[in-house]
Amino acid sequence: MKTLLEMLSYPFLVRALIVGCLVSLCASLLGTSLVLKRYSMIGDGLSHVGFAALAIAYALNLAPMSLSIPVCVIAAFFLLQLEENAKIKGDAATALLCSGALAVGVMTISLTTGMNTDVCNYMFGSILAMSPSDVELSVVLSIIVLLLYLLFYPRIFAVTFDESFAKASGTNTRLYNMVIALLTAVTIVLGMRMMGTLLISSLIVFPSLTAMRICRTFRWTVLMSALFSLSGFLVGIILSYLYSIPTGASIVVIDILLFFFFSAVEMLRERK
Amino acid sequence: MSLISLKDVSFSYEGRMVLSGVSFELSDGDYLCVVGENGAGKSTLLKGLLGLKKPSGGQILFGDGLSNSEIGCLPQQTQTQRDFPASVWEVVLSGCLNRLSFFPFYRRKERERAEQAMEYLKITGLRKHCYRNLSGGQQQRTLLARALCATSKLLILDEPVSGLDPRAQLELYELVRELNRKLHITIIMVSHDVRQALPYANKVLHLAHKQLFFGGREEYLETELGKGFLKGGE
Repeated sequence: MKTLLEMLSYPFLVRALIVGCLVSLCASLLGTSLVLKRYSMIGDGLSHVGFAALAIAYALNLAPMSLSIPVCVIAAFFLLQLEENAKIKGDAATALLCSGALAVGVMTISLTTGMNTDVCNYMFGSILAMSPSDVELSVVLSIIVLLLYLLFYPRIFAVTFDESFAKASGTNTRLYNMVIALLTAVTIVLGMRMMGTLLISSLIVFPSLTAMRICRTFRWTVLMSALFSLSGFLVGIILSYLYSIPTGASIVVIDILLFFFFSAVEMLRERK
Repeated sequence: MSLISLKDVSFSYEGRMVLSGVSFELSDGDYLCVVGENGAGKSTLLKGLLGLKKPSGGQILFGDGLSNSEIGCLPQQTQTQRDFPASVWEVVLSGCLNRLSFFPFYRRKERERAEQAMEYLKITGLRKHCYRNLSGGQQQRTLLARALCATSKLLILDEPVSGLDPRAQLELYELVRELNRKLHITIIMVSHDVRQALPYANKVLHLAHKQLFFGGREEYLETELGKGFLKGGE
């Protein structure tokens, strides 16, 4: 408790906590749909694209967020679109996008600023380096993502559970897939600063997989994954503060522990 | 007035014709069984009827106030659904989505409709159970209840009994017949198990890349085609 109060006395940590909580919530909600739709890798793909976009934005002296969000949204549409008429399958396309974008990003960086600590921050995240204007944008965007998710919840469920039924009974599945893609892209860009390019997809995948160990309804899976995500984030950031370890990594480690714990719970339950 | 009519409809994948010359009409309360070998275009036809695939020629017309957002279907199960954490209630309720139009959440009307559908299919007791832990027959009933939420006129079923044990198969056929008779829902069913499925139908459509037969069941059983096909299954 004392540690928490001490942490709250630093304005940059308060900012980090606010943004982190919101982004963790967004990621875990969307994560459930993405994991169930077999799009777990999309987080990786998009974050690498976001990395390239950030690198280019810095090189051109543009605002990093305002360039990387639209670029990621386009990439997300592209990836989800592929499923239907694909010569290159979704997973291959994600892999292509991942390494391709990373190469472009690294190239841009080495041509301009050179490899330095900034690059390390992109890769592994540094939640503490967020400026107040970044925070404002993140808070607004993540609240919008949360509201849209709530508003579209029945539709997102239908599209996740059975796309062809939804389409056959007259639901515009394409539109709602686009909504999911859009929300995911925004969430990923917001989360990248905190978790880094390489770790962001764990924020999407772990909480929902953990929740799926123990939950029997979709609603509870979503709620529990939000809870796991939040607690993983809070414990992770406190640990990172206490032992000065990277935030992203410590959050992921907590997520891993949670996952193993609840997998064990599931196994015990099934044995009964 | 017919509920649904097809005029010389054809389908192709990447320029290759897989099904052509399909013309038939169904009226309210019909029970159509679509038969044919594997790869004869049965599933393609269903996709066309459901609006999942555009016909490359011909016309599909819906009449009697049926819009193509009012079709309930029982598609073949996907891999995704096998480990999906959702309760029976959530799955059934999701069939009411097309009744919401622009309203974001389910209202009392939709909930009542879902309750009723579960009663018809005798799964009210499974309400809180997790979909992935159900038996195959129970899963199909859940999906059928969902389809019933989406439509009150036309149900399209694609191999509904595949993977079920014989008893569950029989139960499912009986349930579908009940929906057909009591609720006057038109049924279109694809089945590879002709001998079991045919007795319930009043119309038959036989496909082999083109339409070989369409007509009443009795008539079909008289034709060489029908006799040969039934024998082939033995």
